[in-house]
Amino acid sequence: MDFTLPEEIEMLRKTVREFVEKRLLPISMQVEEEDKIPDEIVDEMKDMGFFGLPFPEEYDGVGMGELGYVVALEELGAANAAFGNLIGAHTGIAGMSIYLDGTPEQKQKYIPPMARGEMIGAFALTEPNAGSDAAAIETTARREGDKYILNGSKMWITNGPIANVIIVFAVTDKTLGARGGISAFIVENTFPGYRVGKVDKKMGLHGSYTSELIFEDCVVPAENLLGKPGLGFVTAMKALDMGRIGLAAGAVGAAQKALEMSIQWANQRVQFGKPIGEQQAIQWMLAEMATEIHAARLMTYHAAYKADRGERVSREAAMVKMFASEMACRVVDKAVQIHGGTGYMAEHPVERMYRDARILKIYEGTNEIQRLVIARDLLKAGK
Amino acid sequence: MKVIVCIKQVPDTTEVKIDPKTNTLIREGVPSIINPFDTYAIEEGIRLKETYGGTVTVISMGPPQVKESLKEAIAMGADDAYLLSDRAFAGSDTLATSYTLASGVRFLGGADLIICGKQAIDGDTAQVGPGIAEELDIPHITYVKKIRQIDNSRIVVERMVEGGIEVASTTLPALITVVKDINQPRLPSLKGIMRAKRTEIRVLGAFDLGVDQTRTGLDGSPTEVIKIFTPEVRAKGEMLDGDVEQQARTLVERLKEARVI
Ligand SMILES: Cc1cc2nc3c(=O)[nH]c(=O)nc-3n(C[C@H](O)[C@H](O)[C@H](O)COP(=O)(O)OP(=O)(O)OC[C@H]3O[C@@H](n4cnc5c(N)ncnc54)[C@H](O)[C@@H]3O)c2cc1C
Ligand SMILES: Cc1cc2nc3c(=O)[nH]c(=O)nc-3n(C[C@H](O)[C@H](O)[C@H](O)COP(=O)(O)OP(=O)(O)OC[C@H]3O[C@@H](n4cnc5c(N)ncnc54)[C@H](O)[C@@H]3O)c2cc1C
Repeated sequence: MDFTLPEEIEMLRKTVREFVEKRLLPISMQVEEEDKIPDEIVDEMKDMGFFGLPFPEEYDGVGMGELGYVVALEELGAANAAFGNLIGAHTGIAGMSIYLDGTPEQKQKYIPPMARGEMIGAFALTEPNAGSDAAAIETTARREGDKYILNGSKMWITNGPIANVIIVFAVTDKTLGARGGISAFIVENTFPGYRVGKVDKKMGLHGSYTSELIFEDCVVPAENLLGKPGLGFVTAMKALDMGRIGLAAGAVGAAQKALEMSIQWANQRVQFGKPIGEQQAIQWMLAEMATEIHAARLMTYHAAYKADRGERVSREAAMVKMFASEMACRVVDKAVQIHGGTGYMAEHPVERMYRDARILKIYEGTNEIQRLVIARDLLKAGK
Repeated sequence: MKVIVCIKQVPDTTEVKIDPKTNTLIREGVPSIINPFDTYAIEEGIRLKETYGGTVTVISMGPPQVKESLKEAIAMGADDAYLLSDRAFAGSDTLATSYTLASGVRFLGGADLIICGKQAIDGDTAQVGPGIAEELDIPHITYVKKIRQIDNSRIVVERMVEGGIEVASTTLPALITVVKDINQPRLPSLKGIMRAKRTEIRVLGAFDLGVDQTRTGLDGSPTEVIKIFTPEVRAKGEMLDGDVEQQARTLVERLKEARVI
């Protein structure tokens, strides 16, 4: 057993960390206030290769697999969550759906421009009446000659307002349900009958856009059906497995940053004549934070490593998503506590991190659903 | 255009500590980086390639661990890299370093333009760039802050001089050393990192370069370090109180007392 990361992934980490320190951390507050990532920063991220992290080089990706993707998202997690969220929805679930289940033609057509960031991706599953119960979606796709006609709406779709390529899940056969009745489609934002609806206001994740997407007799060429007809749900679950590992990595990175700020504050803030870090109460919090981060990091790397070996990771992906997101929420809560009133002030990054962490337990499958996935897998294996 | 960039790996600190007993730099435990000025040299080389075509080759003299820095240069966009490494090069002073690097340039068939940093942040002598040029018998221009014009036979640059900017030109091949104002070095691209991983850094030793070993390493280094010490912090200046007129009066008095005026 060897715990060292490959040389190129260490170099990737160093490069991303430098980029985060020089370019992203200085504007994290600006992104929060303006609810927007400046265009020139998005362009820089495209030029560097952030939009194609897990994809092979022949598709203009970086070619460092899920492990490279995870390390990059971990480092990005130190800055405003909007950066990792942009990349996570784009590559982790949207691009990954095409990469995992697309035909060679679909991959050739969409992955390279997505990897270069010329096309932004979104993954549209959730609907007003279908959240955790994703199989209950009501958007329909009707075959007409060499086209499909989509009708319905999706909600809370990350990157919705800026997406050029949207992976849309729709019912193709109502009688068959989740297995056999739901298909995935690659929809471009220029297809007739597609439009962006209301853009949501959120507790956190400012700078990341989430919106409604509306399909009114939206015309999709039949060759844009993704994967096997009726098996869209399988595509969704496979992509979400990878997405969840990336999400966990972002949680680890954010928690690590919260810990580093807490350590600094504990050494610097003097009360009762000595730094608060000399109080055992503060020390215990720091020790617990560091330990949990360490556990989540190793779990995340392991899941990514397994995914890169082509092994099935549904159970591990659910475990790391659940553990890392809950860990991050506990860690940022302690970070606010260690900072005292300062940590509650909007000028301080931990205040933002506290709000940003909360979503981690909800999206890409709530943590209740993750528990369900893990337990079902355990029980099935035990039969 | 064929460009060769010389880079030095240095400890990541502007305050290099010196072992008072041996008078040598304490390098243990300090992470290594590319000499910051040399990242500007790499960037300028890549920009020339992007504008005029050609190649950028990076060379460095140092121990095997310097490969890491050379790979970083490749990830930034350099085409290839060579490490000049041999026991026979150990203990080189600036003269021997210049000779060895010049031999490396000769081995690579010369270049239209050689770019160095203005100085290394550890050794700080700023001698190696000009030293290489002298050894190769080509012109050099130091402290370049801008390349105004370059073609196959000539280069026109702006160089920093005390109190201003000097415009200078020379024929090619030539060597320039660059200052921080010249550009903003890019970070390695993530794709470049994979290219760096695949690129093999060739190691060239004394035999490969065909150097005269009396001119390399300790044998080729006439510099004798007698003593290295940290300069004492200068005594604090005196702040003059009062309004401008009062201050001026006190100042004149003090200067008279000191027999400066
Ligand atoms: C900021 C943001 C971005 C998002 N981005 C996307 C996106 O890009 N693409 C996309 O498709 N979706 C996206 N979503 C939607 C997200 O995936 C859903 O919100 C999530 O899956 C939960 O669905 P729901 O909100 O309808 O909650 P519900 O399903 O209504 O759940 C409510 C509560 O009931 C619990 N619950 C439900 N069923 C069970 C059960 N069987 N057992 C135990 N507990 C249960 C849940 O865990 C939760 O606590 C996003 C949401 C947000 C807030
Ligand atoms: C007083 C003194 C003390 C010294 N002490 C030590 C010591 O304790 N330990 C030790 O190991 N060495 C020591 N040296 C040697 C010194 O570090 C080398 O001579 C060094 O290789 C070049 O000098 P510099 O660092 O001043 O470079 P500079 O001349 O300031 O560098 C200018 C430019 O030349 C190029 N360049 C310089 N060195 C290299 C290189 N090796 N490869 C590629 N390009 C290069 C770079 O482009 C750089 O920006 C000492 C030298 C002196 C003069």
